Amino acid sequence: MATITLDTVRKVYGGAVEAVKGVSIDIADGEFIVLVGPSGCGKSTLLRMVAGLEDITTGEIKIGDKVVNNVDPANRDIAMVFQNYALYPHMTVYNNLAYGLKNRGMAKDEIDRRVKEAARILEIGDYLDRKPRALSGGQRQRVAMGRAIVREPAAFLFDEPLSNLDAKLRVQMRVEIKRLQKSLKTTSVYVTHDQLEAMTLADRLVVLNGGNIEQIGAPIEVYDKPASTFVASFIGSPAMNLLKVKTDASGLAFETGAGLSGANPHGRDRYIAGVRPEHLDVVPAGSPEAALTLKAKVNVLEPVGAESYLYAECGDGGPEIVIRVESHAHFEPGQEIVLSAKAKDVHFFDADTGRRIDG
Amino acid sequence: MKKVQFDSRLTPYILLLPQLAIVAIFFLWPAAEAVRSSFYLEDPFGFGSTFVGLDNFKDVFADSNYGRVVRFTGVFTFCVTFFSLAIALVLAVKADKVIHGSSAYKTLLMWVYAVAPPVAGLIGIFLFDQHVGPIVKMFKALGWDMRIGVNYNDTGFAMVVVAVWKQIPVNFIFLLSGLQGISKSVQEAAAIDCPSGFRRFWTVTFPLLAPTGFFLLIINITYALFDTFGVIDVLLKTQPGDDPITLVYKVYQDGFRGNDLGGSSAQSVILMVVVFVLTVIQFRLIERRVHYN
Repeated sequence: MATITLDTVRKVYGGAVEAVKGVSIDIADGEFIVLVGPSGCGKSTLLRMVAGLEDITTGEIKIGDKVVNNVDPANRDIAMVFQNYALYPHMTVYNNLAYGLKNRGMAKDEIDRRVKEAARILEIGDYLDRKPRALSGGQRQRVAMGRAIVREPAAFLFDEPLSNLDAKLRVQMRVEIKRLQKSLKTTSVYVTHDQLEAMTLADRLVVLNGGNIEQIGAPIEVYDKPASTFVASFIGSPAMNLLKVKTDASGLAFETGAGLSGANPHGRDRYIAGVRPEHLDVVPAGSPEAALTLKAKVNVLEPVGAESYLYAECGDGGPEIVIRVESHAHFEPGQEIVLSAKAKDVHFFDADTGRRIDG
Repeated sequence: MKKVQFDSRLTPYILLLPQLAIVAIFFLWPAAEAVRSSFYLEDPFGFGSTFVGLDNFKDVFADSNYGRVVRFTGVFTFCVTFFSLAIALVLAVKADKVIHGSSAYKTLLMWVYAVAPPVAGLIGIFLFDQHVGPIVKMFKALGWDMRIGVNYNDTGFAMVVVAVWKQIPVNFIFLLSGLQGISKSVQEAAAIDCPSGFRRFWTVTFPLLAPTGFFLLIINITYALFDTFGVIDVLLKTQPGDDPITLVYKVYQDGFRGNDLGGSSAQSVILMVVVFVLTVIQFRLIERRVHYN
């Protein structure tokens, strides 16, 4: 168990493409950190640099107190779980688990004890004599996890370990990984592009975009106070509605056409205003003005069971927004509706930089 | 599996006919002819033949020279197979790790593949020339006075070197593609699991390369036994004398130079049996040991 410290870590490919642009993260002992972001945001590169599978262009990575920039992957005391499992196809499950221990000269009975223990925890005891090709996807994933556990490393690194599994299995394994990490208390870095996985697993989220950190924080903190329009649209599903607004004498207004009203909160000319679908209420016409009031015309109602999502067009040819409504609500296409949001649920971002405006 | 129904029972056989004809004309007929003539004593001028039963085979085995050729063929085949595979493996592993200019590097290594065996033999003659050959000069400087075409072992050595050199590119291409077929993440997992690169190679990379390796083993043994004829013939300048030759070369020598068609046929029948046994053993081994996915 150990802390992991990244200090202005950069990765440049071929002297030109900057995949990671000076990232600094302090990971506490036993913490579960999730790196999340879209494809190409540098999250996997970052993880692979921690693992030692990619060189670090500049900056410093420490595991515990030791700078590991020039340490071989095998000597970093980490274990990694790969997206495609990366099991050794010519070895039995038992040998897959034991391989990393044998290479470190561990005594046979200790290896046996650890393998049996990991097999018990992961319920793969019945398959120890099989080769990986005789296992299902979920079983292979467990073996890959087992290979990490037996090492009892300072840190687990997960590189999108669940993305090859079907939806049901993914949820099940997600819960299991969380439970396992809590009981082993091993520092973990987990890479995913799935924001739901990120939210449910993380002690702290690191949202990455274009090689930069957009925000670091507890999942709920990131959800409640997204630091930028990027984070706002990436975390939460369906994504936050982002509206370009200007201000006039009466307060807030759409840049194009009517349909929006509200007080100007920060005394600026332009904003991007954000409201989550779950924070918009459909109110009767003529209700008192809220922090943000929108007039819209229903396009489509999309029931998903527990709730429904209403897609509506603001004002005259304004942006389309999404509103979460209760599951049995009924709306007709073309129906005029009025929406309101409370002050605490409306986020304001700088119109040019997209950064959050607080105050 | 979908079952295809033909209108006539004959149709499938007609479709198979071209392939069967090729097998019959180019393999079964000559093989049968060889077996037949191995039981006859052929008149050197083609005026007739006499049935002699197993006498040709008895002669072959009674000939002390035959044992010598068998031994040399064995050593030659082993050396050529082993060294051409081993050297190609080293080159492939290194080429796999080259990042800059890798395609130029690989192309250069494959170059020799395009050289025809007699040309390879000719180049070999230049390299091993008694007076100007750089290899001979090099070994002379090291205290080994090579006499190609005169000294039995020196000539054998030159044959092995040229045959290995000719075969390395084929092995290199297959081994390199085999290496590149090994999942990158499996190699990365091994990099995390095993601190020693040497051990990692023998415990992960090499076993995963085994399917390619076994395939190449067959190809190489066949090559050393049969396809080295051109190299040997050129190196010996078609005058073997007391120099080492392989079984295939002896078949040619006895049959076409010595006009002993019966004895030569008996030898080729023996070779056929050897190849048959070898093939069965290798396929058994492959089926048992080399199937991962």
